[in-house]
Amino acid sequence: MQGEIVRTEPAVELIEGRHSYESITHKISSVVLSYRHPKAWYVVTAIAAFFVFVLITSVTWLLLRGVGIWGINQPVGWGFDIINFVWWIGIGHAGTLISAILLLLRQQWRTSINRFAEAMTIFAVMCAGMFPLLHVGRPWVVYWLLPIPNWTGAWPQFRSPLIWDVFAVTTYLTVSLLFWFTGLIPDLATLRDRAKNRLAQVIFGVLAMGWRNSAKHWHRFDSAYLLLAGLSTPLVVSVHSIVSLDFAVSLIPGWHTTIFPPYFVAGAIYSGFAMVLTLVIPIRALYKMQDFLTMKHLDWMAKIMLATGLIVFYGYIMEIFTALYSANQYEQYLITNRFFGPYAPFFWALLVCNGLIPQVLWSPKVRQNVLLLFLISLIVNVGMWLERFVIVVTSLHRDFLPSSWGMYVPTVWDWGVYLGTIGFFTFMMFLFVRFVPMISIFEMRDLLHQTDRHHPAPATGTAVTSAVSTEVTP
Amino acid sequence: MPQVFHRSSNTLARLSIVTGAALLVSSVLIGSNLSRSPYATQVGVPVDQPVPFSHKHHVKELGIDCRYCHSTVEKSAVASVPPTHTCMSCHSQVWTNSPLLEPIRQSYLNGTPVQWNKVYDLPDFVYFNHSIHVQKGIGCTTCHGPIHEMNITYKAQPLSMSWCLDCHRQPEKYIRPREEVFNYNYQPPANQMELGKKLVQEYHIQKGQLTNCSICHR
Amino acid sequence: MRDKQRQPLNLDEIRKRLEQAKGQHYWRGLEELADSEEFQQILEKEFPRQSSPLGAFLHRRQFLKLMGASLALAGLTSCRPLSMRKVVPQVQQPEEMIPGRPLYFASAFPIGGFARGILVESHEGRPTKIEGNARHPASPGAMGVISAQIPAPLNPDGTPKHLGATDAFTQASILTLYDPDRSQSPMYQGQLSAWTDFTTALAAEMGKQAAVRGAGLRILTENITSPTLAGLIQELLKKFPQAKWHQYEPVHADNALEGAKIAFGEPVNTIYRFDRADVILSLDADFLYSGPASVRYAHDYATRRRVRAGAADMNRLYVVESTPSVTGSVADHRLPLRPSQIQAFALALARALGVPVSAPQLPAEQHKWVNAIARDLQAHRARSVVVTGESLPPAIHALVHAINHALGNTGQTVVYTAPVEAQPVNHTESLRELVRDMAAGKVETLIILGGNPAYNAPADLAFASLLKDLTQRNGFTVHLSLYEDETSALCLWHIPESHYLEAWGDVRAFDGTVSIIQPLIEPLYPSRSAGEMIDTMLGRQRTSYDLVQAYWSKRLGTAGFQKAWRKMLHDGVVPNTALPPRSVTLRTEAVVSAAQKLKPTAQGMEVVFIPDPNVWDGRFANNGWLQELPKPLTHLTWDNAILVSPSTAQKMGLQMDTGGLANMVDVVELRYRGEKLQAPIWIMPGQPDDCLTLVLGYGRTRAGKVGTGIGYNAYKVRFSDALWTASGATLAKTGERYPLASTQQHHSMEGRELIHVGTLEEFRKDPAHLVRKPSPEEEHLSLYPEYRWEGSAWAMVIDTSLCIGCNACVTACQAENNIPIVGKEQVARGREMHWIRIDRYYEGRLDNPSTHLMPVPCMQCENAPCEPVCPVGATNHSEEGLNQMAYNRCVGTRYCSNNCPYKVRRFNFLKYNDPKEPVLQLLNNPDVTVRGRGVMEKCTYCVQRINAARIEAKKLGREVQDGEVVTACQAACPTHAIVFGNMNDKESVVSQWKRQPHHYGLLEELNTRPRTTYLAKVRNPNPDLEGA
Repeated sequence: MQGEIVRTEPAVELIEGRHSYESITHKISSVVLSYRHPKAWYVVTAIAAFFVFVLITSVTWLLLRGVGIWGINQPVGWGFDIINFVWWIGIGHAGTLISAILLLLRQQWRTSINRFAEAMTIFAVMCAGMFPLLHVGRPWVVYWLLPIPNWTGAWPQFRSPLIWDVFAVTTYLTVSLLFWFTGLIPDLATLRDRAKNRLAQVIFGVLAMGWRNSAKHWHRFDSAYLLLAGLSTPLVVSVHSIVSLDFAVSLIPGWHTTIFPPYFVAGAIYSGFAMVLTLVIPIRALYKMQDFLTMKHLDWMAKIMLATGLIVFYGYIMEIFTALYSANQYEQYLITNRFFGPYAPFFWALLVCNGLIPQVLWSPKVRQNVLLLFLISLIVNVGMWLERFVIVVTSLHRDFLPSSWGMYVPTVWDWGVYLGTIGFFTFMMFLFVRFVPMISIFEMRDLLHQTDRHHPAPATGTAVTSAVSTEVTP
Repeated sequence: MPQVFHRSSNTLARLSIVTGAALLVSSVLIGSNLSRSPYATQVGVPVDQPVPFSHKHHVKELGIDCRYCHSTVEKSAVASVPPTHTCMSCHSQVWTNSPLLEPIRQSYLNGTPVQWNKVYDLPDFVYFNHSIHVQKGIGCTTCHGPIHEMNITYKAQPLSMSWCLDCHRQPEKYIRPREEVFNYNYQPPANQMELGKKLVQEYHIQKGQLTNCSICHR
Repeated sequence: MRDKQRQPLNLDEIRKRLEQAKGQHYWRGLEELADSEEFQQILEKEFPRQSSPLGAFLHRRQFLKLMGASLALAGLTSCRPLSMRKVVPQVQQPEEMIPGRPLYFASAFPIGGFARGILVESHEGRPTKIEGNARHPASPGAMGVISAQIPAPLNPDGTPKHLGATDAFTQASILTLYDPDRSQSPMYQGQLSAWTDFTTALAAEMGKQAAVRGAGLRILTENITSPTLAGLIQELLKKFPQAKWHQYEPVHADNALEGAKIAFGEPVNTIYRFDRADVILSLDADFLYSGPASVRYAHDYATRRRVRAGAADMNRLYVVESTPSVTGSVADHRLPLRPSQIQAFALALARALGVPVSAPQLPAEQHKWVNAIARDLQAHRARSVVVTGESLPPAIHALVHAINHALGNTGQTVVYTAPVEAQPVNHTESLRELVRDMAAGKVETLIILGGNPAYNAPADLAFASLLKDLTQRNGFTVHLSLYEDETSALCLWHIPESHYLEAWGDVRAFDGTVSIIQPLIEPLYPSRSAGEMIDTMLGRQRTSYDLVQAYWSKRLGTAGFQKAWRKMLHDGVVPNTALPPRSVTLRTEAVVSAAQKLKPTAQGMEVVFIPDPNVWDGRFANNGWLQELPKPLTHLTWDNAILVSPSTAQKMGLQMDTGGLANMVDVVELRYRGEKLQAPIWIMPGQPDDCLTLVLGYGRTRAGKVGTGIGYNAYKVRFSDALWTASGATLAKTGERYPLASTQQHHSMEGRELIHVGTLEEFRKDPAHLVRKPSPEEEHLSLYPEYRWEGSAWAMVIDTSLCIGCNACVTACQAENNIPIVGKEQVARGREMHWIRIDRYYEGRLDNPSTHLMPVPCMQCENAPCEPVCPVGATNHSEEGLNQMAYNRCVGTRYCSNNCPYKVRRFNFLKYNDPKEPVLQLLNNPDVTVRGRGVMEKCTYCVQRINAARIEAKKLGREVQDGEVVTACQAACPTHAIVFGNMNDKESVVSQWKRQPHHYGLLEELNTRPRTTYLAKVRNPNPDLEGA
């Protein structure tokens, strides 16, 4: 019965099948270390790579000709650029929420998805970050938004939400990166030790920064990780609140509203979890990770989606209510315009995608149906994009003076950049699953250990198991 | 299982941290200093001219007033470089066959202007007006430096926006009595600040306005 | 470097190379040149950034002649910070020149043969901006009748500046000067040719004609009022007695002329005194917008409409018209009728006013109108005006003379003078005669001076084909014109004409006042003026300068001529040349019999022809400013369309889809007398039913890069016996659709209080009632204490009662502030760049709505929403309350524009200011930064003018006086609807207007505290017709 585990708390079924520390380590690290990968991986990566090329082309043309190649105009000064920016930033949020907040809340089920979600966060924020940089008329002077002591004696204008964005987003990216990488170190060490070929050993070795699993290391690691978690927790709220202020600070009907910060944060988490599901479900199948990414995980994520989805929906209702209650003709017109105006289809589609369809998640059957979950997660992603479209475009295209009302029609280049970023995101995610353990090995072992604290570690202990044992042996 | 790295790599790792930090700091320092150096600003670098005109000789040694040549400095935005005619008003009598003055004579004969190289060159989106500065007690030498000591003229100030703002924020630091504007020997008194404050009052200089964008940019 | 400078520069060689090159190649040629180090030298040498290279007044142009070509590249040298740039002083300093300061010269802009008086701003020899000349009758200024209301613009020394009003054409005419598509060399059979070749050929031909006493010689000109030119032509006709002189303008007052002949037995010139009229009735006359006196008329009309507390009195304007016009849009009562109905209406009115004509029975509705108007006119005998449009037949013109006579207006509000034209002829008949001779083969030599008859002659005269034949039968045909156009293409010779800013000349205003046309720049390309051409034909070689001087020294006598001459040039008018009023005797029976011959009925669709409000008869087709200028009422750009009424469109199932970016409209085929015409439609509220309006001036085939191949050519269905109105046309839907770019897609105010409107009665009762004042809690909504504005506080007030939507302000702003044009596709996307726009809202019934106009520049809000959102502080507030914009700081996030409730900010989405056409760079105002790609821009209250005034004032140790700063839009406005000034100065006009009870701010409730505010629109409806 060596290396076998008899579960004492069957309630917690976060790891299915019969697993030992060794088997966990092997199963996860082999994905990185083995050379054979499912065909699907190659196919998807290739397609994604193509869209990365599309991105490069569109951006080059954009830099050559100017933002005029997009559909933006007077009065609609922001289009896909800001829509996608907000959308991507939102997607990022789930990562931080899962890794930081759930860690602090001691939610063990986060263990198997946090690595994944964090990676998603980083790439999503990268995509998001592109848009503010590219959407300006003169990208070559965009560094003026940074408070660099300079020769003109002029500073950024700190009252502008766009400046807050700069700080919020950069901080967010930095902290997320740090958090992610710190969490990686022990696993990188594991890979270093398990890698067969020299190159891999060296690369993983350098990245592992001399991790030796000493008690000291673990002690330092734990406190550092906890600190970072604490540090990034406020970011979950701050970033999207600030992004929402880009709109809330202005006086445009539909933007000028105080509900935006909470409403945006909820929306962010909503779309974030949707994106996690969208990614987890196929990859889980692809790499046979059902043992670690169990139905329970999916079920809980679905529940969170349902919850945040309801908050968002509440937001929609409040928008309408305040408009009617305000007796402000411009706000009221905005709502009627959303309902029946030229962009009404987008609005109704949004309600269906974000409000109606996710309600099926009330039923456990649906939450247990992987395919349905996948579809719903996709729909929610679309819905959240539509939400941003409706907020940005319908508010701008008909504001105060009917004489200046206009329409916004995206051009092929708008789509080029958008699809390009999606390609880039997918590309990065697939490289990630290929070259980095997609599930935190040591945390899984820790989880396994916690689910069975009376059982000794297998004798055939690798460096890793010994590391665990340093903690357990009384 | 063989060691992947040699022990020394620990030291290397630590070292890399230090050097990384050092590089960061030094690059910032170098960059900022370089951008302020004469190499970038051309301050103090004499500008080669078709005719080696010496302000020192004409201003200090001969004592010709600035306005004799730069005649529109009190009327217009530009002080204006003198027409060939002005040069010839003297040089038709003196130095009539100095080879150095050949370009001037040529210009006068066949009516083709002399091309001087710009020493003080503002970007096109900056609108500077000489007449108002002269009116409000900003001396020539405040911006043009010891012009009376220059054999070949060079730029005395960086002309950066912060340099402009320095005076536009605190004119009292540089302002001088109107009658002293064209006096190149003028030395700011010890009590410059209080004198300055007085003059700013006297000349109705609205300090707040001086830092408005539209004062220089339109 | 140094020896390079020393090397001699061969200007002549370069100039030759440029003269020989042409068209596309010409520019490639220039750009190649531009790269050559040698040429850069010349450039910087000849076009310095700092000192002026100019010689004395005549030297200046002498110099520029040499530089015509190199000038063209001036733009390329700008914007190279920190590179070694040159300072190039001139050799001789002209005394009146102060480098860095503009000079103003008085001149005149001729259009249709009539003068608009102008003052041209010149920077170091480059004319950059045109203002009106207040001393000139056709461009009345603030100096005029209403000096009490508007102060005279002042020079720094306190003397009045004599800035006058202008129209859009005048403002835009300067762009034509620098148009790179202008022809640059003589053409022989479409091939480049040399001047000498032409002069010899011409001399030979003249010799041939001399032998036959000019029997085969014909001269075709546009309408000529110029005394000098007329004198020369007479001299020519004396030398060639058999020769004939024909005049043709496609848009000319032939019917008025014939009408006058009927009424008085002689041609007379009619001048209306709207400033004396209490009641005005316009029968299809757009007198506020078109015609030689439109600017003056608009001004006079407006003097009677500025309603103020205490002085609440205004005139009343009735308009009966067949196409919604500028005049109609501001009428107190507007009745849309088909041309035939208008004739009936006129007859009925005449009868009602006691002119013994029998009138047809009118429908009850119209009958009501006739009675009401007749009563109103009767009540204001000698203080009313009835004015007729060119579209109505001579008999109606005569009839209206009779009406005015019956009302005792003659000599009061209607003044008659001798004709202004050198030789008043019926242009259509004149051309018909020429065509007859051409067909009969009597013509051997045809000299066409200006104009473009091959394009705009009536279809049935077939001028183009006859001209082609004549040329092929090796007749000697010459066309002198600015562009190598449709007519040039059919002529043996094309000769480049000098632009009016390039050559001397003279021209008369609507009242006969003569102005000397004074050039501001030596021709950019070798060219001739019409006068010089005639002189060459007479075998002489005098310059335009000599010609004009010769004429006037002869006329004024040599004694003291130079002094008089200098004064003429300075003032821009020749004293005592206005024609004296003359008494006329009305021949009633002739009028009546003519009127009785009218058959005011029409079968089928009626068609009306109007000149395009922007490109006029087609002459401005290549002028980008006018092409992109939103046309009054339709706000259509870059196209013309067939105007149809909403119900007619519905009846025929014609659609105009305004949902998307451009308006997708149905294309129709119009058939008339066997001619076919395909054109897009425009559904025009207020257009009479079953009445199509065709717009002249488009469908040019050889206009230039800008104007070729856009719109449809309405001349194809314009016949010499139906110049203005026709009936019996048929319309068929083709099923095709066509995009039209309009700058305003939405036409209702959506029940928002944007333009407050009230009647004179209401105003008299309670003036403040017209506007909704913000409630106390709206008054001051801020956590911060009130900011106190010290010193000058710039502000603007616009009187919506006075705006007629003539677009003069928009064009003036474009000229003053280096505003680029962006092209149809960009306009369709909603990216037009105008800093001031004229919002137009319809109210009421679709078939005859009331129109409300509102010019909207930047509001310069004290709490500007655009400012706090800019991440780099590129836009912020000045001490004087300007919402200033530092272009070079802008990174282009467009956040400011999004947050602007008035949407007055404009963004350079692409590189609109493209120096691909270097010659256009010459046009730029050096006092205003040329904005690059990705930069936000907006109205600055002409801060460059404010700064200039402030600096001068400070130098004199005083405050800027009221009237010292005049914004471009304000100066141009014919009705003086715009005032600008310091609202901290309680005496300033702007303060006075802001104290008016009917004063309000646009979207005040947002607490933006706009500095630009408005006066509510006051109408003066006739109680009998209210609701009609």
